[in-house]
Amino acid sequence: MPSDIHHPAAAFNRTSFEACVVPYLDAAYNLARWLARDDTDAQDVVQESMLRAFRYFHSFHGDDARVWLLAIVRNTFYSLRSKAAADAKHETFDDEAHTLIDEAPSPEARALISVDIQALQAALENLPHPLREVIVLRELEECSYKEIANITGQKIGTVMSRLARARERLKAELSSSSTEARRHDVR
Amino acid sequence: MMCDDARLLLHAYLDNELDAAQSVAIVRHMQACPSCAASYADYGQLREGMGRASLYRRAPDTLRKTWQTEKPVASTTPPARTRRAPLALAMAAGFAAAVIIATPLWLTSTHRTGDASQWADEAISSHIRSMQPQHLMDVVSTDQHTVKPWFDGKLDFSPRVKDLAGEGFPLVGGRLDALGGRSVAALIFKRHLHIINLYQWPVSSDDAVQITTQWHGYNAIQWTTGHMHFVAVSNVNESELHEFVLAFQNDSVTPPMR
Ligand SMILES: [Zn+2]
Repeated sequence: MPSDIHHPAAAFNRTSFEACVVPYLDAAYNLARWLARDDTDAQDVVQESMLRAFRYFHSFHGDDARVWLLAIVRNTFYSLRSKAAADAKHETFDDEAHTLIDEAPSPEARALISVDIQALQAALENLPHPLREVIVLRELEECSYKEIANITGQKIGTVMSRLARARERLKAELSSSSTEARRHDVR
Repeated sequence: MMCDDARLLLHAYLDNELDAAQSVAIVRHMQACPSCAASYADYGQLREGMGRASLYRRAPDTLRKTWQTEKPVASTTPPARTRRAPLALAMAAGFAAAVIIATPLWLTSTHRTGDASQWADEAISSHIRSMQPQHLMDVVSTDQHTVKPWFDGKLDFSPRVKDLAGEGFPLVGGRLDALGGRSVAALIFKRHLHIINLYQWPVSSDDAVQITTQWHGYNAIQWTTGHMHFVAVSNVNESELHEFVLAFQNDSVTPPMR
């Protein structure tokens, strides 16, 4: 716990902050790591998020500390990212442009069963941020649609359609990569 | 329901986010539409793949040291997540409610008892949904002497429970479930990183031949013995599932337990 934090009621806050928020450090890091795709950046995001969370802890009203912290992590990531010169291009996401692409299932789709960790990880990292965050929150953090809506500030309907698109993109990418793998596989 | 709607809603169904009426509608659509049913199966596989791949990234020690006091607090683990599994909810309200909440779809679908393919469909659909986080197990134990008594008083029959760890299929837990509007016992076994669900419930008919059903990468094998009907479902390959069934059938009369 950083000792240079000064807050009115710091002693009281420190105890309840540790009890309420610190247990979700792993959740915070998991989201930050999947958004940033880099260990060092993720640590910076979490460090900054925890400082913000501590500073604004008085405004937390005790509903769900995990959702509250994850929303801070997400905001912190996007604000740090837009500051970074190298990554200044703002990623716009047009929900309408990403229409559902999933037509009749191809035989390749069946190859999902044998998908390996590397392929899945790469496919996940290749998703645009707005899709990646919903699938990470749903499948890894096991959030409900309502929780995801609260964290991302989206409507539940948007969460549902982005989740659908995220899965379709993953499926498409994993199917083509496993087709690729089979081509190289001389038997 | 049109395919355009179904393609969106099947995700919400997979995530257990639909109410009873919507669940009925999506399942009716999938029963009539092989394309949407195939998509649903694919996303079930995707979820299983993501679950297996250990993609969760835990905070490094440096961060942990910064934010946790020197003296570790007694409880640093987050409070247990509220289970969203409908059965857990329903068990408090009585089991009749569980059937309605857990599988509303089958209550309204016309059901021909004893129709093997229908049972296979229902079991596979249930298997896919059981892969939802927090949904798989009501009792987590590798000990058959813990799993079997757990079912006592929750079902109107005593399920056969055995561990097959020696045969390469360790028992990992059990769950109450509902198929075709009736309560059934589900045992969960592992095969390497795959899950096998074994459903069972009593029937009046005598022993029947074994039937194997395949559906989009999932296999179901069902059989009847000693007035008990069994359905084993998994995405392990067919020969491995046969191996599992043989192992379970072998000396399948478990010694009576206290
Ligand atoms: Zn359809």
